[in-house]
Amino acid sequence: MPTHPDEIYFMGTCLVDLFYPQAGLAGMKLIQGAGVRVIYPKDQGCCGQPAFNSGYREEALEVARSQMRCFPHEIPIVVPSGSCAGMVIHHWPELFAGETDEKQAIAVSRRTVELTQFLVDQLNLQLEDLGEPTEIAVHTSCSCRNELKVEDRIESLLSQLNQVTVLEQPRKAECCGFGGSFAIKQPEISGAMVQDKTDALHSTGATRVVSQDCGCLMNIGGALEKQQRTMQPQHIAEFLLERTHE
Amino acid sequence: MSDQAAAFKHRINTALGDEQAHSNFRSAMSMLMEKRAAQFPDEDELLEKRQRANAIRAHALRNLPQLLEQLEQQLINNGIQVHWARDGAEANAIIHQLLEAAGAKSVVKGKSMVSEEIDLNHYLQQHGIEILESDLGEFIIQLAHETPSHIVMPAIHKTKQDIAELFHKHFPELPYSEDVDEMTQQARQILRDRFRQADAGISGVNFMVAETGTLCLVENEGNGRMSTTVPPLHIAVTGIEKVVEKLTDVPPLLDLLTKSATGQPITTYFNMISHPRQAGELDGPEAVHLVLLDNGRSHIKRDEVLLDTLRCIRCGSCINHCPVYVQVGGHAYGTVYPGPIGTVLEPMRLGIDQIGTLTSACSLCGACAQVCPVQIPLPKLINRLRADSVSHQNHSGVKGEGSLRKQAEVLSWKGWRWLYSSPLRYRLFSKLATRLRGLTPSSIGGWSRYRTVTKPAPRPLSELIKEAGFDHE
Ligand code: SF4
Repeated sequence: MPTHPDEIYFMGTCLVDLFYPQAGLAGMKLIQGAGVRVIYPKDQGCCGQPAFNSGYREEALEVARSQMRCFPHEIPIVVPSGSCAGMVIHHWPELFAGETDEKQAIAVSRRTVELTQFLVDQLNLQLEDLGEPTEIAVHTSCSCRNELKVEDRIESLLSQLNQVTVLEQPRKAECCGFGGSFAIKQPEISGAMVQDKTDALHSTGATRVVSQDCGCLMNIGGALEKQQRTMQPQHIAEFLLERTHE
Repeated sequence: MSDQAAAFKHRINTALGDEQAHSNFRSAMSMLMEKRAAQFPDEDELLEKRQRANAIRAHALRNLPQLLEQLEQQLINNGIQVHWARDGAEANAIIHQLLEAAGAKSVVKGKSMVSEEIDLNHYLQQHGIEILESDLGEFIIQLAHETPSHIVMPAIHKTKQDIAELFHKHFPELPYSEDVDEMTQQARQILRDRFRQADAGISGVNFMVAETGTLCLVENEGNGRMSTTVPPLHIAVTGIEKVVEKLTDVPPLLDLLTKSATGQPITTYFNMISHPRQAGELDGPEAVHLVLLDNGRSHIKRDEVLLDTLRCIRCGSCINHCPVYVQVGGHAYGTVYPGPIGTVLEPMRLGIDQIGTLTSACSLCGACAQVCPVQIPLPKLINRLRADSVSHQNHSGVKGEGSLRKQAEVLSWKGWRWLYSSPLRYRLFSKLATRLRGLTPSSIGGWSRYRTVTKPAPRPLSELIKEAGFDHE
């Protein structure tokens, strides 16, 4: 993966497209701000993860294939979501195994990178904090931690913001209980997990929780709202943009 | 909902309703995770160790038939008799015959998950043989007529008070105590007498060494040593996959096993059983038998993906780190092996049609695979079994393949594919979903019981690109 490429593709992900467009725009602006041309292919949709994780591999394959065709040029593909990046990087090769376009899928997976990793490793992004002092909590997505092993990038970005204090939650490595179809098929277990996670986040006293993954944010944010807690969920890209722009 | 799904849901809800058990699991698992982490201060070194352990186990599995032949030959040379059991029923029958031939009526047993797998206690009791668990945790759950809730710490769901009351009920002559050391002493006293009187001892095995014909047994209480040395007859029972090639394969595995399981640098006891009592020796059993159980293992071995599960050394670390297990505990799974490893092993052993629904109780967070000492990719295997559960092709070879395929679910995924595989349809959909966001239902099944429903944004990202000054190509 080249350092500081001239241009990149942005894979918005279906969740960001429909529910968190501001997170996507923020990620694109951060990259553009570093002098990189950002291309958002118009026809993109979903990486296939929901079906793949539910056992429906044929359906996942077809959707993944349609997604793959949107990113033809040999430039990096940046994804503002750990689990979608993980899907492309680790599971597309498995999903496309034995297919005629297997090689292409592997090539695309090699060009794909999660947003915080890209900002740190490829762009070496320098941030100047323009905001008021604030205390936040961080929830690192399990895909970033266990699959991509880039869990420290979000912390290294935040550490550049000298008015921001990160308050550590108990059991910070524990899953928030989202897991896609898991939350639908096992709502009671998922509900107990997000209860424990929001309790842990709330115990920090922070007013905001940031994460690299909109799946986690939808889960944690929805639970916080249901519990009528004031803590606000925010995607890391939006938070970084907000802190570094007047 | 299918019967198995309904039964599973019932067990889950029972478990989630038990605040006490939940807090027991939470504190026990937190402690185990901390203790393990303290044993592995250096990430890179740990990774090297795990790669090495993985390689040792993978090598043994690749050469399984040859190693098992070599093992059998070495064991016979050492005077240990070997028996092969295709399934649990055969293993139970063999063990029963061995006991009967020796006129054994009372048996002490060390901890063995394989004996749980074949339901040995039950079988022997039905045939008039008295069997006593000698591992403290197993002893406790035997008194309580329960099953293990964890593969390494079977009574982890019990509080001190639970155990004190249990002892008091069964041994009213002993003074009531909630002191752990005192209760341990009491149990020891009870068990000591029984060791002396037992006609036979039964144990599991952690590693079998093909090169030397050695059976290795890892334990903390000395009950394993007592069970395998005091009675005149020792019967070991284990799965065929436990074999390793050489004696030098054992230390790297043992090192990771104890550290991963309980955070101990080494257990209090490590037994290496090589032969029955020799002339001139003061102790040891007169006869030693090994029962080697297949029970679907060679079938699993033929699947190049699922084969990885056979590397397992039963350390329980994946269970200790599982965020689902910590919520529901071991009994909710309703199987012998719980947690991530159980979620893979049990549907293969019992059939997807029986217990495949376990695979839905996983958020695929991947914490298990990060700690597994032999690098079993558990989430990948769970995901594979999910695919087998709803497959319509019948080619995986896992029992009950396709039995969880439900028409409504199939249709909804086909609908999803129809929408997302066509940019045109997807664009129309996202336009509608955002424009009609006011109509988003506020209740979506179990999801909204714990969360408010997030509405789509007023406009999707794809519509904001141009005006934000970005390009589409
Ligand atoms: S799967 Fe790995 S972590 Fe789990 S019990 Fe087996 S060896 Fe231990």
